[in-house]
Amino acid sequence: MSDRRSTRRRLLAGPYIVWMVLFTLVPLAMIFVYGFTAPQGGLTMANILAVGQKENLKALLLSLKLSLLCTVICLLLAYPLAMILRSNTKSSASLIVFIFILPMWMNFLLRTLAWQILLENNGVINTVLTFFGLPKAKMINTEGAIVLGMVYNYLPFMVLPLYNVLTKIDDSIFEAARDLGANSFWTFVRVTVPLSVPGIISGITMVFVPALTTFVISDLLGGGKILLIGNVIEQKFTTTYNWNVGSGLSIVLMIFVIGSMAVLQIFDKDGEGTAL
Amino acid sequence: MKKRLCLFLAMMMAAITCLSCGRSLPGTGGEGKGTEEASKEDNTVVVYNYGDYIDEDLIAVFEEQTGIKVIYDVFETNEEMYPKIESGAIAYDVICAGEYTIAKMMAHDLLQPINYDNIPNIKNIGEQYLKMCEQYDPGNQYSVPYVFGTVGILYNTKEVTEPVTSWDILWDEKYSGQIFMSKSIRDSFAVALIRAGYSINSTDEAEITEAKNMLIEQKPLVQGYFVDQTRDKMIAEEGVLGVIYSGDYMEAKNDNEDLAYVVPEEGSNYWTDAWVIPANAKHKANAEAWINFLCDAEVAAQNFDYLWYSTPNVAAQELIEEEYLNDPAIFPDEEILSRCEILAYLEPEVENLYNNAWTEVLSK
Amino acid sequence: MKKAFSKVYLLLVFLFLYVPIVIMMALSFNASKSRAVWAGFSTKWYEELWRSASIMDAVKNTFTIALISSAAATVLGVLACIGIMAMSRRGKTVTMAVNNIPLLNADIVTGLSLMLTYVFFGISLGYGTIVFAHITFNVPYVILSVMPRLKNSSRSTYEAAMDLGASPVRAFFAVVMPEIMPGIVSGFLLSFSMSIDDFIITYFTKGAGVNTISTMIYTQVRRGIVPSMYALSTILFVLVMVLLLITNFAPAAKSRDDSKKGK
Repeated sequence: MSDRRSTRRRLLAGPYIVWMVLFTLVPLAMIFVYGFTAPQGGLTMANILAVGQKENLKALLLSLKLSLLCTVICLLLAYPLAMILRSNTKSSASLIVFIFILPMWMNFLLRTLAWQILLENNGVINTVLTFFGLPKAKMINTEGAIVLGMVYNYLPFMVLPLYNVLTKIDDSIFEAARDLGANSFWTFVRVTVPLSVPGIISGITMVFVPALTTFVISDLLGGGKILLIGNVIEQKFTTTYNWNVGSGLSIVLMIFVIGSMAVLQIFDKDGEGTAL
Repeated sequence: MKKRLCLFLAMMMAAITCLSCGRSLPGTGGEGKGTEEASKEDNTVVVYNYGDYIDEDLIAVFEEQTGIKVIYDVFETNEEMYPKIESGAIAYDVICAGEYTIAKMMAHDLLQPINYDNIPNIKNIGEQYLKMCEQYDPGNQYSVPYVFGTVGILYNTKEVTEPVTSWDILWDEKYSGQIFMSKSIRDSFAVALIRAGYSINSTDEAEITEAKNMLIEQKPLVQGYFVDQTRDKMIAEEGVLGVIYSGDYMEAKNDNEDLAYVVPEEGSNYWTDAWVIPANAKHKANAEAWINFLCDAEVAAQNFDYLWYSTPNVAAQELIEEEYLNDPAIFPDEEILSRCEILAYLEPEVENLYNNAWTEVLSK
Repeated sequence: MKKAFSKVYLLLVFLFLYVPIVIMMALSFNASKSRAVWAGFSTKWYEELWRSASIMDAVKNTFTIALISSAAATVLGVLACIGIMAMSRRGKTVTMAVNNIPLLNADIVTGLSLMLTYVFFGISLGYGTIVFAHITFNVPYVILSVMPRLKNSSRSTYEAAMDLGASPVRAFFAVVMPEIMPGIVSGFLLSFSMSIDDFIITYFTKGAGVNTISTMIYTQVRRGIVPSMYALSTILFVLVMVLLLITNFAPAAKSRDDSKKGK
């Protein structure tokens, strides 16, 4: 009887399974179909190997460099922030978190565009600099500007999981460490950090993947001068009209995404990162 | 991790199975999808135009006059527009395209002939212009010219005090970080090819490579690659030199008096944008009504006041003030035209050379 | 000392986060269209906002797409959660693995893969294709928020209800539903906001003349942005701020009062 019931219950997942097949698996299969075929038809590895071409490889490496940089900066900025939040009372911490998330409700593109206005040659920052008699700085359309844009957009994704993990650590653990003679530095290194690993890991995933694959931030803050792998793929689809190579590069990108998660899994011993 | 690996393999299997059906895929240079549905009762016209390329008040006027609802969509470059048409992803009814892209669409059978019975206003378009368009559209079968213009240099006279006569100035280190180049592949290459003394339609790999190297050499001096943004950035004095279409000049000058426009002595690109009807259009008659509307003398004159591009509409030219008609930046004179060349359609292999070279430039 | 440091640090981070937003808001009141010049205070962009049919269309599209897709995703997701719970271990793992794909995969790949599929099967891109795409990336968020609740909901009360003669459906609505409701609500809200903020996937799956606020801003950025977009975003931002303040802090303040009274 209960068997029949559970069979019936299982059927409830039916619609979504059909949906997943149609809108997740079939589309992924399409990427593979395009990625492994030549424009004239027939199997080929050329589209995947296209990543080895000088310009594509350079874009991929640059993406890796900038997204790693962004992830590290986010982590360095977010950790002290999460610690400060933890030491606050619950209500004031939730107010701070609130203030922190609020900017994300400004449209993502406008938020990024705002940085363009700040960083431009005659932008806000340079106007302030000239006002104080300082020389203008060239900031817009540089790699630095892109990293800044990434950090600005993805920082909250790092803070939240860290904060979630840190608040769950019981104060008594820190007291115990101190009682055993650890100073605050060692308490941090030996106790706080290891205990917050799940948060660090989900933070890294949530920052690294979108930073690695973005094409919008580099478009808005790079002036079309700096190509990331996301831009290359986007252009293969939207302007140079070579969907096969575009799909091939997408597959490579997916491998990097999956690979980075696999690496993170190794560190995530509990097998459970704290999702948002 | 193992799960993901299984999944990956399963996907591969699925992909390979799909392959065996051997269907020609869109996006691989195959044919676009034909019209499947006949035009329905819905009285609309789906327009695909460059960004900021019409006085948008005219859209409402058209809707009011004809009762046809306009679905209006924009793109930035021809290269961005073309895949949407060839893949058949979206069925547009009427598209504004550059001459070399029109030729490309003709070569791929993506257009349908225009029925001039529905466009009586074609009489307003000057003979000489129609004749010029026959260079890429023999018999004017597929396209009705919209506007003409040149590519040139917009510069800030406050900062650039020397006379600007040559493309060379875009390679002058003095202006490092103050230069805007075009994001449109063919336009940027045209600049480099002319500077090197070649045709802007070069099909020679060595020449293209030389142009590519020139663009790479220039890149450290370039602040950014834009199309429509160049104008606003020049107005805001974010830079001092920019490659720009002639129509943007008047608009820019209205907002910043220090800006001037020149077509360099080595020559430039003289371009045409024209309206075409794609083969998979669902509302052909409405598309023709749209073209006819834009060919109306008063409409074209009003549009001119917004666009500042030279119009082939001779009836409209009579409504335009002398001052503009005689401004060579807007209506290029014979002398300028004699230096200019029209962009031609290139075979896919050659186009690939350009595309790859361009990616190389941008990724440097 | 430490306290002072943490105050300064918080202040710096908030400056970093809010300076761009303040700039946007300021520009929405700038009389000039150019962002380089401050031509005096004006509310004309707000007035123009109401008059612009295309912007209003984009607003309407953004919200209807978000509403439809998150509602559909919630229904699909809740049903799926119940179904998945009844599955064998292996079935569960496979389903959850596929479910996670849109979450983990790069947005650009998700968007492109959907576009390829639509084009391949001759589905003309339009409003519907965006909705389908949004449902696809929204369901995982619903499942993510409902699943843990469902796992924790007590089976015994559910079975007790049935022992007392309730039909499974009734038992579900009477016993399980109230327990997982917070998960459903947060799943719905999460997918609603994801849908509103999405640009990349919409960009690849949208059709002619269908714009959301995001795609409209993107086209405008490239040809000169109309400050009405700043005005629109300012309004939405303030609206969300007020809403969040009410929902987050009104009950909190109340419960704090209650606990004080209790003491």
